[in-house]
Amino acid sequence: MRLESNQNMILWMKYKFIYFAVSAVFLIVGIFSLLKWGLNLGIDFTGGVVTEYQLINGEIKLEKYGVKSEEEISKIRENIKILGAKELRFEVVGPSIGPELIKKTYYALGISALLILFWVAIQFKSIKFGISAILAMIHDSLILVGGFSLLGHFFNVEIDFLFVTAVLTILSFSVHDTIVVYDRIREKMKKYDPALGSDITGIANSALTETMVRSINNSFTIIFMLLSLVLMGGDTIRWFAVALLIGTISGTYSSPFVAVPILVTWEELEKRFRK
Amino acid sequence: MKKNLLVKVILILLLTVACGIISYGYPLFGKKFNLSLGLDLSGGSHLVFEADAGGLHGDKKEQALKSLRDVIEKRVNLFGVSESNVQTSNFEGKDRIIVELPGISDPKEATALIGQTAQLLFAEVIEIEGEKGSTPSSQVVPTDLTGADLKSASTVFDQNTGKPSVSIEFNEEGSKKFEEITGRNIGKAVAIILDNDIVSAPSVNEKIVGGKAQISGSFTVEEANKLEVQLNAGALPVSVKLVEEKTVGATLGADSIAKSIKAGLIGLVMVMLFMILSYGKYGIIADISLLIFGVITFALYKILPPPFAITLTLPGIAGFLLSVGMAVDSNILIFERLKEEIKNRPFASALEVSFGRAWDSIRDANVATLATAFILANPLDWSFLHVSGPVRGFAMTLALGIGISLFTGIVVSRNLLRLFVKDEIRK
Repeated sequence: MRLESNQNMILWMKYKFIYFAVSAVFLIVGIFSLLKWGLNLGIDFTGGVVTEYQLINGEIKLEKYGVKSEEEISKIRENIKILGAKELRFEVVGPSIGPELIKKTYYALGISALLILFWVAIQFKSIKFGISAILAMIHDSLILVGGFSLLGHFFNVEIDFLFVTAVLTILSFSVHDTIVVYDRIREKMKKYDPALGSDITGIANSALTETMVRSINNSFTIIFMLLSLVLMGGDTIRWFAVALLIGTISGTYSSPFVAVPILVTWEELEKRFRK
Repeated sequence: MKKNLLVKVILILLLTVACGIISYGYPLFGKKFNLSLGLDLSGGSHLVFEADAGGLHGDKKEQALKSLRDVIEKRVNLFGVSESNVQTSNFEGKDRIIVELPGISDPKEATALIGQTAQLLFAEVIEIEGEKGSTPSSQVVPTDLTGADLKSASTVFDQNTGKPSVSIEFNEEGSKKFEEITGRNIGKAVAIILDNDIVSAPSVNEKIVGGKAQISGSFTVEEANKLEVQLNAGALPVSVKLVEEKTVGATLGADSIAKSIKAGLIGLVMVMLFMILSYGKYGIIADISLLIFGVITFALYKILPPPFAITLTLPGIAGFLLSVGMAVDSNILIFERLKEEIKNRPFASALEVSFGRAWDSIRDANVATLATAFILANPLDWSFLHVSGPVRGFAMTLALGIGISLFTGIVVSRNLLRLFVKDEIRK
């Protein structure tokens, strides 16, 4: 039975350098954009004023300003009232808020990453599993941030508070997905299978073959939910949903094609050195 | 075994019905539960003030900040905003007060009411004889009678002019001080100073006994009302500055809710169809447990008590939708495993083995997600992380969703499948 299923096994790891190359292309484009154009930061980070109001004829207007004094802000408000428009949204962010937001986000990122690293390392009794999972996680967040740098440059999409939430969520999703694949590898390592031997490449191939359908199906369900949010969820959360969408796709890709290949390459290198 | 299974299925059914009743909005045990909506959905103002406690340190500063929070909360309550929320936050030496005011229509008025120090002072006006020939100048000397000596304040209309003014009543000590001050200054003026501005300086005709006075400046009714609230709540112990304001109108909030519900329903239908197409009759069971997941989650949004209470925000809705995806994942993991195991053993035992093995993956994966959700929700209010707002709303719904998905994915799906197997064998 086992041997039979192994005949259907796809030799995923044979192409691991192709996966690395695909990731590298995306990472390089993202990092290039980050270095060249940076991020298009919204008022949550830079400070400033955003107003959205509806004119009597139903037209909705959105206006953005930099940091303003109290008098200037009152004036902006007065002008909306003079037009007879209905104020839909009014946001004022002081210049001191942004740096605080960034710092708190770094702390949240750092603590989450450490917690996940510990959890994975303890559960799989190997720091290699933990570190390759974290590397895949960094891969996903770089692609997400790089992607938004491009979106910011070409479509003027701003980075706001919600984007920060999206990044943190993708971190956990990325690891969530990776753990499922790891779990299968661990199971196969425990149960010695003569057809696979103790060769990590064979084990990884077999584990990926068995979890691939699950990974794809699972992402589809999340993608369906997010896609309907992007298309119909309204302007306020459209880009938040796009961020989660990019992250979900990258997170699904990175489990079998980044985390596992890194793990396999690491094990192989270690073996070669021991010899 | 058979009986046991039946009992479990009935219990699941009862739970679902109970949650359904709560979700639908019928009162349960005489109590009606409501969904609490965040400012981005209900409309309202999110205000952040920075406190300037420059000269204070240690215990004194802490005390001042605590009383600052209390005074602001009092003012907000007197202003008549229901379900407001006032909290403090400290980050790298910056002390902040976060004020959330749902359903407010004029945030400008609210910020003015909250942000003004409202330090009331009574001062004597002393004439200083200038050199011969020059006009005498006057000097204002503050007394020890302040807003702290007030018992109450209320808006009244001046009997003579009909103009709005604020009538104040002193407490016992204040009355004594006021008696002394007026007694000392017959024929002279006593200045009433609010935040370093002289509001009025009426002249004293006689010694005033009984501790009542009237502040009549050139107030509008709104200004008089504002002053009344500020005096009743007390002065702010330290001055504050507005550093952030986010106001969402009620129409925009309602629009967001309508759109998210529509998007959520369409997404849900797509997911359910996908599950049926991929897994056939198992897919139907997954869909049933997904619906049960939805009903239980919605009910918990309504009934969870603080500190786990859920305030639904826009990111919170996104967190819920994401947790739907993760709830389905548990089922997918189990069904994929079942497909493999069924090759090696009879259905009933394959089912149990699949659940057992899939559980390891589900547990490990969800613990990692829960860890991140914990950091984002920051339930212990660690000051170096986000303490409020959209991030917390998102993390709370995500964490709750994961918790419930473990229950529906493992307990509900499993027992429904077992019931299903029994029927299959009988045939």
